[in-house]
Amino acid sequence: MKHGSTSPIILLLSRVISPYIMLFGMYVIFHGHYSPGGGFQGGAMLAASIILLRIALEEKVHQMHFNSKLGIPLGALGVLIFFGVGLISLLLGGYFLDYKLLPIPGYTPADLHSFGILFIELGIGLAVMSVLVSIYDNLLEDDDV
Amino acid sequence: MFELIIGHYDYLFIVVLITIGLYGMIIKKNLVKKVIGMSIFQSAIILFYISSAVKSDATVPILVDELSTAEVITYINPLPHALMLTAIVVGVATVGVAFALLVLIYKRYNTLDEKELIERMK
Amino acid sequence: MKIFSYLALLSLAALLIYAAMDLPSKGDTKALTNQEVSLTGSQVASSYYIKRSYTDANTPNIVTTIIADYRAFDTLGEEVVIFAAGIICYLLLRREKKSETRKH
Repeated sequence: MKHGSTSPIILLLSRVISPYIMLFGMYVIFHGHYSPGGGFQGGAMLAASIILLRIALEEKVHQMHFNSKLGIPLGALGVLIFFGVGLISLLLGGYFLDYKLLPIPGYTPADLHSFGILFIELGIGLAVMSVLVSIYDNLLEDDDV
Repeated sequence: MFELIIGHYDYLFIVVLITIGLYGMIIKKNLVKKVIGMSIFQSAIILFYISSAVKSDATVPILVDELSTAEVITYINPLPHALMLTAIVVGVATVGVAFALLVLIYKRYNTLDEKELIERMK
Repeated sequence: MKIFSYLALLSLAALLIYAAMDLPSKGDTKALTNQEVSLTGSQVASSYYIKRSYTDANTPNIVTTIIADYRAFDTLGEEVVIFAAGIICYLLLRREKKSETRKH
């Protein structure tokens, strides 16, 4: 929103809670191997922590936190990370998205599958976060509230 | 007869949600309410797939102790859960694009009601 | 005129409930999707994923293994769908700088 909220409770609490939501979102992405979670769920929580600040604060401050111009380029970077993992396996002789040919020395093929899953979840989380924030920004483009 | 109801009660709730979603999409006149009805309908379909994946006396598909000797009968079916993750995300994308189109319609015709919209488009 | 819409909705609900009585009960272990071998002798996909996911990918969460290892191509298509939705919203709703008086 262009003008921030005038109530001091909202201003204080939104700025206190937003880093913890972002930390929990990153926890959900990285623990996708051992508990329910993964890329899509963690990406949605990261987007929630950014949109909370966009609702409560004024335009000068929330652009300093996450600039609106970074939305689409970060989304493209997320898709490129996913594609890059697949293309590395293709260039080294296997089929597309074959994880056992990743060039990390000293691990069994089962461990390399685990690393491949982790890289893919990071790419998905980044893309989902930036696309959700970008849709919010574009829907409220010329709002005067 | 009674056993039939006990075994199939979840399908009854899903049909109720489908009816509410279709009611919102067909009979309501505001365009935003139609989009909300579509979202309710989609939640009902996701619930239908997930409720067909349950087995009695089985637990969630995350291996805790028996890492290499998992029995099939003690874990629920994980395949519909994986398919419904895709369905949820496609629903989010659809609702986002629908609201973008609604913003454009409001900027052009200055109304979001179905009958007035058809009048102003002539 | 509106009475026809309400009648069609209620008849669709009754038809769906009648058709749902033939589906397997909740939690039936004898249902065809919960077996290990299908009717023609080939292996059912869910039982293969439960039995072999830890030896293939060293990951306790079976659902993450399915969407990121066995069916990773579908997850790639889905990420392209999300990105396409973001691009569509950007292209539909951006403001052009000096085109306030242009009419198409």
